[in-house]
Amino acid sequence: MSLILPLLAAVPLLGAIAAVLAPRAGKGIGLGVAIVLLAALAVLVGGLNTPVVLPLGGWEPPLGIALRVDGLAAAFLGLAAVVMTGVLIAAPYRGAGREAAAFWPLALLLWGALNAIFLSRDLFNLYVGLELLTLAAVALAALSGSAGALAAAIRYMVFALMGSLLFLLGVALTYAAHGALDLAALPGRNPQPTDALAAGLMTAGLLVKTALFPFHAWLAPAHSGAPAPASAMLSALVPKASFYILLRLWFEALPDLGRPGFLWLMGALGTAAILYGGVMALRQARLKLVIAYSTVAQIGYLFLVFPLAGGGGAAQPWAAGAWTGVVFHALAHGLAKAAMFLCAGLWLAAAGNDRIEALRGAARATPMAVFAFALAAISLMGLPPSGGFTAKYLMVTSAFAAGAPYWALGPLLGGLLAAAYLYRPIAAAFAPVEPELRPVPRGQQAVPLALALGAIVLGLASAPPFDLLQIGRPEAAARGVE
Amino acid sequence: MTLAFDLVLCAMIVGAAICAAVAGTIFAAAVFFIVYGIFVSLAWLRLDAFDVALAEAAMGAGLTGILLLRALGRMPASEDRPGPALAPALAGAGLALALGWAFLALPESAGLGPVVRNAAPGAGAENPVTAVLLAFRAWDTLLETIVLLAALLGVWALSRDEAWGLPPGLPQRVRPDGVLAGFGRILPPIGAVVGVYLVWAGTSRPGGAFQGGTVLAAVALLVSMAGLAQAPRVTSGALRLVLVAGPLVFLGMAFIGAVLSLWQPGAAFLALPEAHAKSLILGIELMLTLSIAVTLAALVAGPPEDRA
Repeated sequence: MSLILPLLAAVPLLGAIAAVLAPRAGKGIGLGVAIVLLAALAVLVGGLNTPVVLPLGGWEPPLGIALRVDGLAAAFLGLAAVVMTGVLIAAPYRGAGREAAAFWPLALLLWGALNAIFLSRDLFNLYVGLELLTLAAVALAALSGSAGALAAAIRYMVFALMGSLLFLLGVALTYAAHGALDLAALPGRNPQPTDALAAGLMTAGLLVKTALFPFHAWLAPAHSGAPAPASAMLSALVPKASFYILLRLWFEALPDLGRPGFLWLMGALGTAAILYGGVMALRQARLKLVIAYSTVAQIGYLFLVFPLAGGGGAAQPWAAGAWTGVVFHALAHGLAKAAMFLCAGLWLAAAGNDRIEALRGAARATPMAVFAFALAAISLMGLPPSGGFTAKYLMVTSAFAAGAPYWALGPLLGGLLAAAYLYRPIAAAFAPVEPELRPVPRGQQAVPLALALGAIVLGLASAPPFDLLQIGRPEAAARGVE
Repeated sequence: MTLAFDLVLCAMIVGAAICAAVAGTIFAAAVFFIVYGIFVSLAWLRLDAFDVALAEAAMGAGLTGILLLRALGRMPASEDRPGPALAPALAGAGLALALGWAFLALPESAGLGPVVRNAAPGAGAENPVTAVLLAFRAWDTLLETIVLLAALLGVWALSRDEAWGLPPGLPQRVRPDGVLAGFGRILPPIGAVVGVYLVWAGTSRPGGAFQGGTVLAAVALLVSMAGLAQAPRVTSGALRLVLVAGPLVFLGMAFIGAVLSLWQPGAAFLALPEAHAKSLILGIELMLTLSIAVTLAALVAGPPEDRA
């Protein structure tokens, strides 16, 4: 294990440096990194029985920084590895031109930043990871160089940097009050009057970065304006990193600060995001905007974890089910959304635009891609048997068990809305007309299909990931039975 | 006496910030922002945080100032400026009040200062700031240098496809008898000595890779702006090697530790062998300085452009 964690942290960064030096070899370097990381993760997950901690440089916290892998970290590391591998296989950039020279190192830096965040237990180190993630994501959003993409990227950057500053302010206040940055040191802290302010600032910053309604304004233009492989990373992975920090913060570091009003507010904003994102997705004429607004809605589900499993509810029997359900949702959404954006990229290249009408007859021209899109849609709607279904089932049952059935409203209505807005592209694809799409090689259609199948398998074989998530599960989400 | 100085300094910081926020033109706002940066670095000096003061003066006031003024040069000439923004002003004031309350509510605490000072000599650096940056929290520093690289890749990605492969920034033209040409001959040798000294001094006194790198970046920019040397193309292998040299050596050293840890009990990822820690830290700092200097200079120069 003393080698596995450094491999996960350092290999994407080394790959990015190699891709800066040899832009022409970008794809080969990216795939090499993917092979090393998938192998490292297989070894890690295979041998993970209790959380693994690695103090960096031999310096223990509070002086140094420790990396730690528990079930939650392993699950997100795995999500990042699977999605990034798919994206790197699918990415079409070749040669040493502007786009290729930027894409490969930036994509690998994004992966490195994600891994750094998923491994970290240190608030300031998490801030540095977020900075790297933000810069790589903004640059990828601007990659096409069109005026629209540049405007969307600038807007994204302004929001994201504001989020970073708020988070950093909260981190500084936490350090000032407790002289500690390690998450494990905070539950046993000596309470200070400024704790709520610090937690509020960190949370506000992370909400902006996660694009929870009403901080979602930057998401749809940035995610839909990026090239498809970049959109897949931005939508499937980047908001999950800031949400992951929120989970760590509220369920491990500061669970005692979870006041009922705060938990209720998070749940209400999450429900509002589900409904707003769904309605907005219904009204879009362009496929990439439909998928991007669907991300706004799907992010809303994640925040139901606060009222269902946070604060005083943490001690209740249903809390663990809600916590696990939300993590399942994050994983299933990541796989399904990456598959959808990669499909959209294939159709954009084949049709010349991404209007939904342009998809008419796509089922004949690109059957595998349409199948992949439909499978991903099943998971987003929450139909069985899919990861999305398992997630919603756990959330809805814990809402009823908690005697708060109104928290089931979002998942149930959200599923209907998702069915409505995803019906339009699928209906167009199955229209009985001669397709006007240029042919797409089967090999390219196989990547989104594999990712979408992953989202389905997460529901069919939910026991192994379920067991993985129980390793080192936070105390606040661990009491009681499922 | 010192209390009076501090109060005047605080008033000038707040005054410069307000002037920057309400200035009549964007140019005036940029200038007040630079002035604000200089005052803030004075405040860090008063707080005995010499390393932060150096960094704030070099980056906060210096490089950011150049970036703002250059961006201003690109903007279409117009007298329009955004009107008073009430909501951000209120949010800023609210945040300031909350932080003020937090300052008063918190007990005075030394943080980890004493622990760091005790452990620093064992980490190979007498300057506790260097010990934190390159030993205790080396992972942060490593990621920060890679953040700089990501920023530069992002800026380069903004070039137009036709200009890709040219040197960073616009081609410079200078009058041979102008002020810039004169400065370009006199200042670089002085700047180079100061920059290298800051790195060298960093192990035992205030200074280090970021501060020294900024000074050297200014030297590189001056040489390029004075037309004394042509910047290399963004596709140049040599330039790219210099850009990644610091992070690569840092990451490589860190990784060797991880591999050694398989059979050596004392070794670990990001751990430097204690016997050689001091010289290794200096070596890493020198490589980092080189990369930071070139990255910062390239960031300020901007994406490659043809005169279109």
